[in-house]
Amino acid sequence: MEYSNLRRQAAYMKKSLFDQGYLDEQFYQLEELQDDVSPNFVEEVVTLFFRDSARLISNIEQALDKCPQEFSKLNAYVHQLKGSSSSIGASRVKNECTLFRQYCDEENLEGCLKSFQKMKREHAVLRQKLESYFQLLRQVGPAEKATRPSM
Amino acid sequence: MANPPASTRTEAFPVGLRVLVVDDDPTWLKILEKMLRKCSYEVTTCGLARVALEMLRERKDHFDIVISDVNMPDMDGFKLLEHVGLEMDLPVIMMSIDGETSRVMKGVQHGACDYLLKPVRMKELRNIWQHVYRKKMHEVKEIEGHYINEDIQIMKIGSDDFEDRHVSSGADINYVRKRKDVDNKEHSDQEFSDPATVKKARVVWSVDLHQKFVNAVNQIGFDKVGPKKILDLMNIPGLTRENVASHLQKYRLYLSRLQKQNEGRTSSGNLQSDFSSKDVAGNFDVLSSTQMQPSGVSSKFICTGQKIQAQGIIPDDHADDFKSSLSLQVTGSKQALVGDIPDSQGVISVSRLGILLPFKDMIPDAGKKSLEPAISRNQSWSGSIPVMQFMQHPRHDHECCCLIEAYSCLPKPDQEQVFDHFDTPPSVISNTCNTENDISGLLEFKLVHTNHRSSDTKTASQLSCMTDTTSAQVDSGSSNTQDYGVAFGIDGLTNIKDYYHTQTSSYLTPPSGELSLKNETDLVSSPEDLQFCSPQGIGSFENVGFNSMEIFQYDDSTSVTEVHSNWYDGLEFNSDYLYDSVDPVIDECLFA
Repeated sequence: MEYSNLRRQAAYMKKSLFDQGYLDEQFYQLEELQDDVSPNFVEEVVTLFFRDSARLISNIEQALDKCPQEFSKLNAYVHQLKGSSSSIGASRVKNECTLFRQYCDEENLEGCLKSFQKMKREHAVLRQKLESYFQLLRQVGPAEKATRPSM
Repeated sequence: MANPPASTRTEAFPVGLRVLVVDDDPTWLKILEKMLRKCSYEVTTCGLARVALEMLRERKDHFDIVISDVNMPDMDGFKLLEHVGLEMDLPVIMMSIDGETSRVMKGVQHGACDYLLKPVRMKELRNIWQHVYRKKMHEVKEIEGHYINEDIQIMKIGSDDFEDRHVSSGADINYVRKRKDVDNKEHSDQEFSDPATVKKARVVWSVDLHQKFVNAVNQIGFDKVGPKKILDLMNIPGLTRENVASHLQKYRLYLSRLQKQNEGRTSSGNLQSDFSSKDVAGNFDVLSSTQMQPSGVSSKFICTGQKIQAQGIIPDDHADDFKSSLSLQVTGSKQALVGDIPDSQGVISVSRLGILLPFKDMIPDAGKKSLEPAISRNQSWSGSIPVMQFMQHPRHDHECCCLIEAYSCLPKPDQEQVFDHFDTPPSVISNTCNTENDISGLLEFKLVHTNHRSSDTKTASQLSCMTDTTSAQVDSGSSNTQDYGVAFGIDGLTNIKDYYHTQTSSYLTPPSGELSLKNETDLVSSPEDLQFCSPQGIGSFENVGFNSMEIFQYDDSTSVTEVHSNWYDGLEFNSDYLYDSVDPVIDECLFA
């Protein structure tokens, strides 16, 4: 029953991601888009997200380093990240972006810096968790279709 | 990711809807593409706004709808939205993570047909086809409604304004059309346009503006016309290529619609103006057909094409008075005398035939100058020849000129004789000369001879209109009480009464006849009837002693007013040439 164990594990993992607010409804939407035409759709999208968001985070980091007072610029970058994180349902990252932008509006550099650190952390954690999740899914096998947790 | 053209779509709408998605976020682009594909749409994705715009420009008809993100690094989404709306006139949906009211409002202001919040759900994307559909519906309605509304406006406005504009001093023909008023009207165009027809903000095509447009089109040549060329020729600051493009589109539709309508219209008793709308490039003026009311007037001219042989027969009553029948020959390809024929490009817009008092020199040598519309009817003349004048819109360089001009242009000896000795300008009739040969339509003209060359006034009747088509039927024989006959100048005609009835015929026949085009029995309002009046006896005018063209002493002043106003209205307000023949000008038949 290795298979069903794995499946159970995967399901549990996913559930906790949702419960802990790492992921939101949008992730289910992605799962529903996955079909025979694109059987690895979710993973592909998630991979794409992390690649792109890494670039965005790096941009923000640079901006904070070199021109921290340019709040509108910071705001714009974070806005992008926010939009991006909403694509996969990266809810914690998204929320942190909102907070960061508020600090920007207040021109609170301190707040921005702190928020940014948190943002980076959340991003990293999510990445790790999702990587594990997909690894597990691969083990479970391609037959496994994404389903919403019944619990 | 190329989308095939629409023609390859075989399934029912909205399947195969061609969507262009523009978003700098690659993750969203991938997701949206997948979602749209699942809706059975044909998707093209693009990460850069500029590239998207290029794509749209290159493959103009390859997309049905555009979905774009608001925040993009290379170009602001709102800007893209504007460009797309203006240049391609496609529906655009905006997307953003930011759902602030101010942003959404901005999107709507810039013309977005919808604003979606990210994360976008598939169910929201499923329904985007409605925007495409809605736009198409609106376009159809707008075009039709616009015309209709124009007519209605003209009608409404007519009665109020005429009095104001009416200048009874009638010093010269020119007065009739009070420039000042016209100008004023142009400014107040907005208030007249029916809001219902104005679906989106756009340039108000005033009469003058439209005339310029028409002139430009005619100059270029209807077949070779294009918005850029027109725009350049028109040289109106602030007017955009897009404005011209959409106007041109409407104009074409209008013309084709007219053509269809005219093809179906014939009425034996009435002068029908058969417009050949196909080339009516320049003719948007409302031609009013004047219908002559006096009983006994029997000539009817129907001129089609350029050759028009018009024979005017004097109304029965006055048969004795006018013996000669006038044959109008308008030579030259351009002369289509057509009252309301919006035909070929060359047609001068004749807006309205009115009875004119002898014109002043405007005609002679005026060549293509615009004839001032002067409708003057002189009911009080007893036996005075009603001079019909039709107002002519400023003309374009086409050759078409109003009849009158035609006359003046014609080196016809006959003509020369006709009028001539008047000190007053000959009554000009009709108008519109259509430069193109395919004017099929009625010529409505009031004869006015433009040449003063000859001093022989007696020969009134030699106006000859020759048009290429020989289909002109000059039906001289029929006497219809309803129809007006052309009052041809008859020599020695002293008591030419005003016979003709001028009726404004709507130049543009309103679609499905909302303006009632009456049948011939209804004198008053047959817009389609072009009455042909030719005051042949210009000389007689003189006898009659009118000096001023504008004699508006109609018994029924209202009708005159209406005529006038209608005409003006049409000119002024109708951006598209619809005039409607609203007023029963016919009543004013000057002929007793």
